[in-house]
Amino acid sequence: MTGDGTASAPVRGRSLWGDALVRLRANKAAVVSLVYLALMTLVCLIGPWAAPHPFDEVYPDFVKVPASLEPYPHEADIAVSLGEAAKRARLDLVGWRRDGGTVVIELASAKPIDERNTRYIDRQSSFSGARITARSDDGTRVTMTADIARHYFLFGTDSNGRDLFTRTLIAGRVSLSIGLLAGFVAITIGVVYGATAGFVGGRVDNVMMRIVDVLYSLPFIFFVIMLVVFFGRNFVLMFIAVGAVLWLDMARIVRGQTLSIKRQEYVQAAEALGVSNAGILLRHVVPNTLGPVVVYMTLLVPQVIILESFLSFLGLGVQEPMTSWGVLIAQGAKNMPSANWMLAFPSFFLTSTLFALNFIGDGLRDALDPKDR
Amino acid sequence: MLRYVLKRLLTAIPTLFVIVTVSFFLMRVAPGGPFNLEKGLNPTIIRNLERMFRLDEPLYMQYLDYLWNLLHGDLGPSYVLPDFTVADLFRAGLPVSIQLGASALLLALLVGGTLGIVAALRQNRAADYTVVALATAGSTIPTFVIAPLLQLGFGLALRWLPVGGWGDGALANKVMPILTLALPQIAIVARLMRAAMIEALRSNHIRTARAMGLPGATVVLKHALRGALLPIVSYIGPAAAALLTGSVIVETIFAIPGIGRYFVEAALNRDYTVVMGTVVIIAVFTIVFNLIVDILYSALDPRVRYD
Amino acid sequence: MTLRALVRAFALGLVMLIAGAFGASAEVVYNRGNSADPESLDPHKTSTVYEANILRDLFMGLVVQDAGANLIPGAAESWTISPDGTVYTFKLRTGALWSNGDPVTAGDFVFAFQRLQLPDTGAEYASMLYPVKGAEEVNQGKGKPEDMGVKAVDDQTLEITLKSPTPYFLELLTHQATYPVHRKSVETLGADFVKPGNLVSNGAYTLAEFVPNDHIRLVKNPKFYDAANVQIDVVNYFPTEDRSTALKRFEAGELDSNDDLPTEQLADIRARLGDQVHIGPYLGTYYYAFKSDKAPWTEPKLRRAISMAIDRDLLAEKIWSNSMIPAYSFVPPGIPGYESRMADYAASSQLDREDEAKRILAELGYGPDKPLKLELRFNTSENHRNTAVAVQDMLKPLGIEVTLVNTDTKTHYGLLEQHADFDVARAGWIADYKDPETFLRLATTGDGNNYSLYSNPEYDGLMKAAAAEPDPAKRLGLLSDAEAIFMRDTPYIPLLYYSYHDLVSPKLKGWQDNVMDVHPTRFLRKE
Repeated sequence: MTGDGTASAPVRGRSLWGDALVRLRANKAAVVSLVYLALMTLVCLIGPWAAPHPFDEVYPDFVKVPASLEPYPHEADIAVSLGEAAKRARLDLVGWRRDGGTVVIELASAKPIDERNTRYIDRQSSFSGARITARSDDGTRVTMTADIARHYFLFGTDSNGRDLFTRTLIAGRVSLSIGLLAGFVAITIGVVYGATAGFVGGRVDNVMMRIVDVLYSLPFIFFVIMLVVFFGRNFVLMFIAVGAVLWLDMARIVRGQTLSIKRQEYVQAAEALGVSNAGILLRHVVPNTLGPVVVYMTLLVPQVIILESFLSFLGLGVQEPMTSWGVLIAQGAKNMPSANWMLAFPSFFLTSTLFALNFIGDGLRDALDPKDR
Repeated sequence: MLRYVLKRLLTAIPTLFVIVTVSFFLMRVAPGGPFNLEKGLNPTIIRNLERMFRLDEPLYMQYLDYLWNLLHGDLGPSYVLPDFTVADLFRAGLPVSIQLGASALLLALLVGGTLGIVAALRQNRAADYTVVALATAGSTIPTFVIAPLLQLGFGLALRWLPVGGWGDGALANKVMPILTLALPQIAIVARLMRAAMIEALRSNHIRTARAMGLPGATVVLKHALRGALLPIVSYIGPAAAALLTGSVIVETIFAIPGIGRYFVEAALNRDYTVVMGTVVIIAVFTIVFNLIVDILYSALDPRVRYD
Repeated sequence: MTLRALVRAFALGLVMLIAGAFGASAEVVYNRGNSADPESLDPHKTSTVYEANILRDLFMGLVVQDAGANLIPGAAESWTISPDGTVYTFKLRTGALWSNGDPVTAGDFVFAFQRLQLPDTGAEYASMLYPVKGAEEVNQGKGKPEDMGVKAVDDQTLEITLKSPTPYFLELLTHQATYPVHRKSVETLGADFVKPGNLVSNGAYTLAEFVPNDHIRLVKNPKFYDAANVQIDVVNYFPTEDRSTALKRFEAGELDSNDDLPTEQLADIRARLGDQVHIGPYLGTYYYAFKSDKAPWTEPKLRRAISMAIDRDLLAEKIWSNSMIPAYSFVPPGIPGYESRMADYAASSQLDREDEAKRILAELGYGPDKPLKLELRFNTSENHRNTAVAVQDMLKPLGIEVTLVNTDTKTHYGLLEQHADFDVARAGWIADYKDPETFLRLATTGDGNNYSLYSNPEYDGLMKAAAAEPDPAKRLGLLSDAEAIFMRDTPYIPLLYYSYHDLVSPKLKGWQDNVMDVHPTRFLRKE
C-alpha cells in the first residue's frame, strides 16, 4: 500500500475491505449462502403477509394434518367433519353428497330442527355459507347446502390446527431477530470492553480481564434459566441479557487484537502527533478489529439460535401465540414419529439457515485473512 | 511452573467466592420456592418445612451459613430430595457424567481431528467439502432431534441397543448417549482442526521442511499438527468442563443418572443447595480445565512461558 | 485399590455373573416405569402418586387397596367404629412382622402417627391425619403428641379418636402418609433409616437398591404375611421422565408397564399398541381458577359466562385426543354413593351456551367498545399450552381478549399459593382419597389451596354441616348441595376430568383398571 512517492495523482490503494469483497465473491459457497440467507430473511419478513392463513388462526377441524399440496378438506375429511358437526348439533346425519364446490347434507332429528344449526356446519373449518335448502313439513328433516372451503396447508398443521407454513415463517422472523439482537449486543459490549482493556492496558486491563475470567466460570445455563425466570419470558429483554453474557469471547479477541495494533508504528505516530485516545481508538483500533468481529458475529448468531432451541426444548421458549424455530422443532421432536412434518419443515429451515451462516463465516474468515493476499 | 500453578489456584479462590455469592442471591430473588408444589401444601406444613431447613432465617444468615458449611466441604442437604445430601447426589451422578463426557470428548478428538486433517490435506476437493458439510450439519441439528432419531433407529427399528437407561453402566447403554454427546463436538473439532491445519501447512517452517524433502506424513504429523493443536487445545478447555459435568438433554432423553440434569431440574425446582452445588462444581471444573489448557499451551508452543 | 480389594471385587463380579446366569430363569422380574423418582422413601415425607406407587409395595398401612383399589384389611385384621363415628378400634393382624423379624405392634402406629405430626419431621402430608383429635395442634407446634387421639390399648389393639365423624377416614388410611415406620431404626439411624440395607418395612417387598435417577430395586419380603401369594420376585422401578423415551422403551420390551404415555401421539399409539394402552377415568379435575376477589372476576355471572363459552368436547377430542374427559362438575364421577352436580348448562348444546354467554356479557356491559381483557396463566407443558391456545380461540368470538402467560411450575404455584395478582390460572387436583371432600375443600374459606379466594358463607356452612354429619348418605347429600352452589358461582371452571393412561404389556396379568390408578405389585403376575 505504498505510493511511489511522486506527486502524481494518488494511486488508489486497495483497501482491506475492497480486497476482501473481491475474494469473498470468488468463494462460491459463501456467495450462494449470502443469497440464500437474504432470500430466507425476505421470505420470513414478507411471507407471513402473503401466506393464506394468519399464523395464529386455529382450525379445530385440521389438527395435525399432514403437509399436502392438495387443498383441505380432502375427500375423506368431509365425511368425518360432517359427522362431527352432526354429533355436536345432536342431529342424525342421514346422508351427504358432493356437488362440485358444495356439499349437500341431509339431517334428521326427533324434534323440529332449528335454523341456527347451520352454524355447526359453518363452524367446521371445512365448510362455509351453510344454508337450509329444503325442509320437511314437520321440520324434523332438513337439507343443507354448504360451500366446501379450500385450505392449503403446504407444511401441514400443528397440534392446535394452525398452519405450519405461516408459523415456520413467523418463527424465522423471531429466531433470526433473536440471533441478530443478542449477537449485536454481545459484539457491542465485547468490542468496547476489549478495546478499552487492551488500549488502556496496565492495571485497568488486569482488573477488566479478571472480571472476564470470573464470568467465564459462571455456569452459563444456570444463568440463562435464571434470566428466563426473571424476565418472565419477555424475549427481547431476555436475549439482550443473553447477549450481555455472550460477549466474553469477543472481549478477549478484541483485546488481543488491540494490543497488537497498539504496537504498530502508525498508531504510535498518531499518538506522537497528539491525536486523542478516543480518536485513536475510533480511527485506528476499532476498524482494524472489525475483521475478526464480523467473522465471530456469523458464528455467534447460530450459537444464539441453537441456544434458543435448547431453551424451547426445556419449555422455556417464546410465549404463545408467537413461536420460533426452536419451539417448533421441540414440538416436532415430541410428536415424532407420528407427525413428522411438524419436525421436518422447521428443522430444514433452521438447519439450512445455520448452514448458510456458517459458510458465510468461513468465507469471510478466508477473505479477511491477511496472510492470503 | 509450580509457582505459576499455585498462583493460579490461589486466584481461583476469590473467583469462586464471587460466583457463589452471585449465584446464591440470584437464586433467591427468583419467585417461588422449593415447597410450592403442584398439589399445594397446607401453610402450617410449609412453615414446618421452612423451619426444618432453616429457610425462615434472614437471607444474610442463610448465606453466611452456606459459606461456612461450604468452607468445611459441606454442600448441604437437598430440599427436594431429603433422603440425599447434595454430596450423595454428586457422588452417584458425577462418575456417570464423567464417563460419558470423557468418552465423547475422546471420540470427538479422534474422529473430529482425523476428519479435520483429511479435509485440510485435500483442501477444496470433494473430501474437504464432504467433511465441511457433515461438520456443519453436526453442529446445526439440535441434540434433542438427534437423540430420539437414534433411539428410533438403533433401539426400536434395528433392536441393536437398549433405548434408554443406564443398565449399571453396560457398554450397550452408553453407545447412543456418547454418540449424541460427541456428534456436535466432532463437528466443531473437525472445523477447528481443518482451519488450523490449513494455516499450519501454509506457514514458513512447514514450507521449509517440505522444501528440504522431508516425507509428507512426517511433516504433517510431526510439525504441522503440533502447531495446529493450539486452537483445539484452547477450545477443549471449556468444552471438557461442560461435557464432563453432563448434559441435561442427553440425560433426560436416555434416562441416564448423571448430574447434567440437576443444572436445569434443580434450578426449576428451586432446590437451592443442589443448584449451588452444581454451580460450584462447574466453576471448579472450568477453572481447572482452563489451567490445564494453559499448561498444555506452554508445552506445545515454546513461545509461551509461565514463570 | 489394594490387590486384595481387587481380588474381592473380581470374585464378587464372578458371583454376580453366575447368579445372573442361573438365577435369571427362576426369578420373576417386573420392570416398572414410574414417571418420577420419589423425593423420599420415608413415607412421612412424601406426597406424590409416584412415591405412593413404590411405598405401597414396601409398606402396609392399617388398611390397603386391592388390585381394583377397593379397601381391604392390611396391617389391621378387623376394626370397629363407635356409633357416633368418632372412635375407631383396630385389631392388628396376629403374627405380622417387619422385614427384620420384629412384630408389628400398635405402638408402631402410635409412633408413626405422632412422628407424622411433629413439626420437626417436616411431613408434607401431615394434613392427612388432621381429622385425628389433637393432630393438627401438634403439627402447629401447639399441642403435645401424647395428647393425640391415638392409643395402643395393647400390642394388638389400636384406638383412634377423631375430632368429628369422618366417614372417609378409612380411605385416608390408604395414603402413604399413614404408613407405619420401624421405630428402632428411625431412632437409631435417623434420616439414614431409608437407605437400602437400613430400611425395615412391613409390606410385600423390601428395598434392595436406590440409585437416584436410575432405578429402585425391590425384592420380595419373605416375612410378609401373604408372601405365599406374591408372585413377582423383583420389581425394578425406573423413573421415566421423558414420556417419548418411556414409550420406546416399552415397545422395545425394556419396560413391562409405564404409568404415562405421550398423549400428543395417542391416536397413533392406540393404532400400534391396541389394548396395551389402558385409558379410563381417574379421580382428578383439570381446571381454571378465577381470582374471585378481584374485579371484574368478583361477578359470578361473568365467571359462569366464560365457563359456558368453553367448548369442552373440542378440548377433549382435539387437543387431548380423548385422553381426558369433558368436565361439567368439580368432583369427577366415580366416587361410590356420590352424585356429581353438573352445571345446569351441561345439558344444552354448545351453541345455546355460547348465545347465553354472549347475552350475559352484553348484559354486564361488555361489547366491542368495552372488550373484556383476560390474562390466562399456565405452567410450562405442551398440553397446558395447547389447551390455553384453544381456549383463547374459543373466547375470541365473544370479544374477550385473552393473553397467555406461561411460567415454570414453581413460579406458577408460588404465585397461586401466595395469592398474588392474576386473572385466570390453570391448576389441577388429583384425589388423595376416594371422597368428594378432597375436591370441595378447595373452595372453602381459608383453605390453603383455595387459589380463587372464593368465600361463600352458605357454601362453608354446608361443608361444615357435612363434616359433622354421622350418616354417610346424608353427608354426601350435603356435599352434593355444596357442589351445586360451587357450579352456580363458578370460582373455578372445571374443564376436564383426568384419565389414567397406562401402558401395560400383555405379559403382565392381574392388572385391573380403576379410578385411583392403583396397581400394587403383590397382586400382579408376569408370564
